[in-house]
Amino acid sequence: MNCIIIDDEAAARTIVAHLCSQVDNLDVIEEFPNAISAMKFLNRNDIDLIFLDLHMPDFSGFDFIETLKNPPKIVLTTSDKNFAIEAFGYDCIVDYLLKPITFTRFLKSVQKAQKEKVTPPVAPAPILKETTTLVEKELYVNIDRRLVKILFEDIYLIEAKGDYILIKTEKKNYTVHSTLKKIVEKLPDALFLKVHRSYIINFKKIIDIEDNSVLIAKNVIPISRSNRPELMRRLNLL
Amino acid sequence: MEQPNLSYINDLAAGDEVFKHKLITVVKNELPDEIEIYHSNMNSSAFAKAAQNVHKLKHKLGILGLVAGYETAIAYEEELKLGKSSLKTEFESILVACNHFINDL
Repeated sequence: MNCIIIDDEAAARTIVAHLCSQVDNLDVIEEFPNAISAMKFLNRNDIDLIFLDLHMPDFSGFDFIETLKNPPKIVLTTSDKNFAIEAFGYDCIVDYLLKPITFTRFLKSVQKAQKEKVTPPVAPAPILKETTTLVEKELYVNIDRRLVKILFEDIYLIEAKGDYILIKTEKKNYTVHSTLKKIVEKLPDALFLKVHRSYIINFKKIIDIEDNSVLIAKNVIPISRSNRPELMRRLNLL
Repeated sequence: MEQPNLSYINDLAAGDEVFKHKLITVVKNELPDEIEIYHSNMNSSAFAKAAQNVHKLKHKLGILGLVAGYETAIAYEEELKLGKSSLKTEFESILVACNHFINDL
């Protein structure tokens, strides 16, 4: 069985690589300090198993999984036990290892991965509105008790940041106390598309699309499996 | 007070001195930077970011054999997420102990 390790912490990668070396027929093909580089690697290589850190800057482990077309078996590695229930909502996740990892527990995970068969997860429906007309041209947001006008056409990206959203425009970024779910109702469908549970993009600002990521300005944004068909449908493909 | 130790690293290495040395070197490189980033975020009252730093540091405390320290980090991380920091002094004294310990290795 071949595997890769994704973790932004070098100590964690060192430990998992060492544990892998103690198990027969388990070869570490590559280690990655972030999800983006791993995504590119997975587009070109078949892997049986991923040891995936749940907490990484920019992409969480769950965000990463949602970008994979055919996810291999995944063992989550984390210092946080609060996500165990969410983890087992994904068919590809075979185990959930709490750091610091012991050899006995690690071995159990590998044995589980060797036994379990992965079935592709069911894609949730996209949550964007069915129809829209571009009646409004701008949006007012509450920032420091001021209502600030932002033109739709200036927005290129909206990103979820916990209890806040970050609205990125070519001139300025705005942090607003809201959710993607709320703002999506105010946006014209003709311009905006939710490509991931944490990102809404301005469709007109796309520079290029590479497999499961889209380039908007200088931002590489993941496209989740469930939202990819809608994105592809809306492209004027040659 | 509980002291950092090599029990976890020794168990993991199981006599493999090359690996033990490699892991200690990685921890010696990573931990000071992580502590610095944590302090920087605390100094600017960026509690949410500091909570993420504590999350990473928590693993280092586990690697350095700190069982009670790990639990303190869990509680402190949750506190910071709520914008509170009553465990700041306790947690930071653990970091000081870890820093001294790795510097002596």
